[in-house]
Amino acid sequence: MILHLIHKELTLELRRKAVISGIGVYLFSLIFICYLTFSLRQNSINEATWSALFWLAILFSVVNSVAKSFIGEKKGSFIYYYAVASPQAIILSKILYNTLLCLLLSLAGYALFSLFIGNPIQDHALFLLTLLLTSFGFSAALSLISGIASKANNSNILMAVLSFPVILALLLMAIKITKNVLDGLDRSVSIDELLNLLAINCILTGLSYMLFPYIWRS
Amino acid sequence: MKTWLKILAIVLLFYVHIGGLLMDVPRLNILNETIRALYFHVPMWFGMVTLFLISVVYSVLYLVNPSVALDRKAVEFANVGLVFGILGMLTGMLWANYAWGSFWHGDPKQNGAAIALLVYLAYFILRGSVENEEQKARLSAVYNIFAFAAMIPLIFIIPRLTSSLHPGSGGNPGFNMYDLDNRMRMVFYPAVIGWILIGIWVTTLRVRMRGIEDKIHDLEDEKTH
Repeated sequence: MILHLIHKELTLELRRKAVISGIGVYLFSLIFICYLTFSLRQNSINEATWSALFWLAILFSVVNSVAKSFIGEKKGSFIYYYAVASPQAIILSKILYNTLLCLLLSLAGYALFSLFIGNPIQDHALFLLTLLLTSFGFSAALSLISGIASKANNSNILMAVLSFPVILALLLMAIKITKNVLDGLDRSVSIDELLNLLAINCILTGLSYMLFPYIWRS
Repeated sequence: MKTWLKILAIVLLFYVHIGGLLMDVPRLNILNETIRALYFHVPMWFGMVTLFLISVVYSVLYLVNPSVALDRKAVEFANVGLVFGILGMLTGMLWANYAWGSFWHGDPKQNGAAIALLVYLAYFILRGSVENEEQKARLSAVYNIFAFAAMIPLIFIIPRLTSSLHPGSGGNPGFNMYDLDNRMRMVFYPAVIGWILIGIWVTTLRVRMRGIEDKIHDLEDEKTH
């Protein structure tokens, strides 16, 4: 069932090319604005600013793209899903699909940052692992919140307001690992943060899984 | 709430305010007399966490077995908890102005507390933007549980991982087993208990008030029909 739902998400996404390219252009313009506002010549940006800019760009594009997972859907399709699938299957498929989307966005953001602003990362494998973990955490938290926000009036504002405090813990951990990676510290230094990240992911996923049936029922 | 608990709360807080300002405190570097902030600032956080915890419990109960009364309790505990949080923030800032030299110092604990307040502000914004009463109650209960769980690492774990100027961490004197003086304990513990009791008392009053308000609205609706 979950695989079917993920497959459905993918085909729908590929059919609506405007949405996916919209997200891509959003990310691109965000990073390009970062680049222009700092009027960056080579090496004029220090590492702390790099990590702040990077995570801000990722945060905003991820929140905006995951928001559409429930907000964008038509009312009729909800009733259809309700009839054919269990809420657990729906939230899990959404989380997995959004993880993929977030990971793609983070990787694209990383590539664009390397192109325009430079790439001071020293330990690529560890950084990519961090990107994978944060993508998963972001999508677990944001999928549920998108479900909540879709039922309310001013969904888009609400999406941002509700999600920022919830994903801040993830973001802080990610920034700390990024700092370690930028400073070229040994991997063993970041183990604690990675475990924390994993623990936060588990909490968020477990809660999304348990709580989603309640917002789905209406 | 039992009457003797209310009387106990009042007596305790009278004692805390008089004792907290007049009784002897240990002389510590930098802190000096500002150590008395412990009696007024720290109980606010104890109160806030307790009230938010009760609010989350009511939210869980609501999801298990929906009823208007449970929702009302969850909201009001969050409401009063938020007031405690704001008071804790203000007293902390006042203290920080003297001990650290500025109202906002960007300390991990300050940031964590600010985020905790943001969560509950978001909670009330969510409640404000859903019209259907039943849906409002359910969505906000879900968010309450989710946000509370996501907040735990922020206020209990991360500040302990990073270095902080806040008393009680990083070798700074403050609230822990070794340097909380026995004389201070005699005021501090009653302060915590007193403020938690006051918080619960205020909440029960507000819950009753909301219940009566709803009843009045229902009666008015009946009259107009």
